[in-house]
Amino acid sequence: MSEQLTGADILIRALEHEDVEIIFGVPGGAILRAYDSLYDSSIRHVLARHEQGGGHMAAGYAHATGRVGVTFATSGPGATNLITPLADAYMDSIPVVAITGQVGSRSIGLDAFQEAHTWGISMPATKHNYLVTQVDEIASTIREAFHIASTGRPGPVLVDITKDALIGKAPWRGPGQLDLPGYKPSVKGHPRQVTSAIEMILGSQRPVLYAGGGIIRAGASEELLAFATQQNLPVVTTLMARGAIPDSNPLTLGMSGMHGTYTASTAMQRSDLLVTIGARFDDRVTGDPALFAPEAKVIHVDVDPAEIGKIRNADIPIVGDAKAVLGQLIEAGERALEGAPAPERSEWFSTIAAWQRDFPLAYDQQPDRPILQQYVIDELSKRTDADTIVIAGVGQHQMWASQFWGFEKPNTWINSGGLGTMGFAVPAAIGAQAGMPDTTVIAIDGDGCFQMTFQELITAAVEKIPVKIAVMNNANLGMVRQWQKIFYDNRYSATELSSSIPNIVMLAEALGCAGLRAESPEEVVPTIEKALAINDRPVVMEFVCDPDAMVFPMIKAGGSNDEILMGPEDL
Amino acid sequence: MQHVISVTVENKPGVLARVSSMFARRDFNIHSLTVGPTEDPKRSRMTVVVDGPEMEQIVKQLYKLIHTLKVVEHVPGEAVEREIMLVRVNAEAQRRGEILDAATIFEAKAVDVGAQTITFEVVGEPSRLADFLEIMKTYGIVSLVKSGRIVLAKDTKSATKKQRKSA
Repeated sequence: MSEQLTGADILIRALEHEDVEIIFGVPGGAILRAYDSLYDSSIRHVLARHEQGGGHMAAGYAHATGRVGVTFATSGPGATNLITPLADAYMDSIPVVAITGQVGSRSIGLDAFQEAHTWGISMPATKHNYLVTQVDEIASTIREAFHIASTGRPGPVLVDITKDALIGKAPWRGPGQLDLPGYKPSVKGHPRQVTSAIEMILGSQRPVLYAGGGIIRAGASEELLAFATQQNLPVVTTLMARGAIPDSNPLTLGMSGMHGTYTASTAMQRSDLLVTIGARFDDRVTGDPALFAPEAKVIHVDVDPAEIGKIRNADIPIVGDAKAVLGQLIEAGERALEGAPAPERSEWFSTIAAWQRDFPLAYDQQPDRPILQQYVIDELSKRTDADTIVIAGVGQHQMWASQFWGFEKPNTWINSGGLGTMGFAVPAAIGAQAGMPDTTVIAIDGDGCFQMTFQELITAAVEKIPVKIAVMNNANLGMVRQWQKIFYDNRYSATELSSSIPNIVMLAEALGCAGLRAESPEEVVPTIEKALAINDRPVVMEFVCDPDAMVFPMIKAGGSNDEILMGPEDL
Repeated sequence: MQHVISVTVENKPGVLARVSSMFARRDFNIHSLTVGPTEDPKRSRMTVVVDGPEMEQIVKQLYKLIHTLKVVEHVPGEAVEREIMLVRVNAEAQRRGEILDAATIFEAKAVDVGAQTITFEVVGEPSRLADFLEIMKTYGIVSLVKSGRIVLAKDTKSATKKQRKSA
């Protein structure tokens, strides 16, 4: 007779079979049995101070490593606290598996202590979710959860397991089997569509390769560069795709959209063909979709068929994995070119070069003026190597980080793109650092974001995860303030924080981190250098920044990408 | 415009909630939805009548659900459509004769007779149910319940399969 294990033992063993090396979580009553089994496992557990933190850590880990991030929480409030990171991971297609405890199956529906309808609440925030009430369903559910989270368009999967299923006993029959007759993600694109795509590209005069986060998820950066080079295509990266192609490559135009470069947004707007790969015509990219890239035909490659035609009709739809389809496109492109060079498109490239010359990203840090965030980001970028992982929160600092950090490699840029979750940076950085212990991990955060989740720095300090956090303290919810300035007649309703409370340096020290402050431009570089030299504990750098600085270029929400504001003088 | 789709799903707990939640989340409008077992106990079939100009996104979003096996949009005239309706109408003694005559034409069955009302069961194509209701309105409809449409593609020429399964 085979060995009888508890459901909790089966759960942990199943996670070991998925090669899980780290779990971020918070224990509680309903999941206690699982934590008891985890006590004997080689899997590392990082005790978050809040389940939201644990969830973002798992996502940060997944972003940085490309592996599935795992988070644990208990029933009721533990599970509801996980909803924000799950929704965040769903929007940005991050593979995360969340395991939550649930009250005993006989108590379900009776308003038991710490009972919440986790399955129902998490359904619209996950790619898929499960309620497991039987011990013998645990192993197969874990196998399916990891498979679904990591294949096709990746995303979060939640597995809610009742207390009695964790306590019950069953034999270990090995890792479970997949039983998913309705789940068959496409990998290869349709060969005829691929051939047509190449014909369309070769016939285009003003093409733009519109590269999205799908490139990063698929690990298709090499193929992207090879294809763009083969076909001589200028490349625009979305916020989620920063780092998908080196910024130093002359074909790279940077980010497009609301706060993208003039060149990237305008090149898309004037193009006659958008070669869209792993991108989804997000409103921050398109502005008003009816006015977006009016002359462009569209080739749309996406692993998720529902993205094709959702916002913009595709002339050539290709359903498939970005890496696989790019491989096919490269092959088809080689055949079509027959050794000849790609079209020069010299007129198009000289137009682009003129935009780049006339409308560069720029800032002007005067020595006697308050610190500009752009300057801090630029100096940080210059003083760190290309492997450095950068994490941002949400707001002005995020946009400037995307604009002024020079990205050379995929998976070095982690941010909350789709959901726009303030407070993402600190816990996501901890997750990334835990997964990449030998890499420098720097979070660029705003003071508003920082105050939402800074308590996770306790986790970082206790667990010896030496992240570096650059807090851009402009004493305001800066992006909201910027909108109030532009759209609400300078009426700063509820956006002013405090420039002195909390004292971020003292707070950092109290949380077990090193705390540093720069108040003027000349203190910026020394502060960065000091922070980069500290590797035995987390560091918080506070930069006291100009509250009136605004992010440009800017395209008004829902406006036309033909109307780009380049600076305050355009308001 | 109304579209009729058959959705074959795995017969698993919560699958109806997944489908209806997706419709709500994506702001798709359901006119009627029926669900029941099929010839295969592992599968259920839903018949969904949807209001809206185009079906492509709805079909794709249905396929995104892990438990969806097959989605077929029916072409009018190439599917057998049935609905059942129970309707209680005012039927004073002096008008009963004409009401029952009308009912005979529609093969409506009187399933309950009260002092002031008759309740009919009508089975058939949705248009036929609508026609019967139109006539009964003149007498006064007291209460009405419909099952929602069930649909099977005709055998000889099956409904168009607009979408190949892929997630």
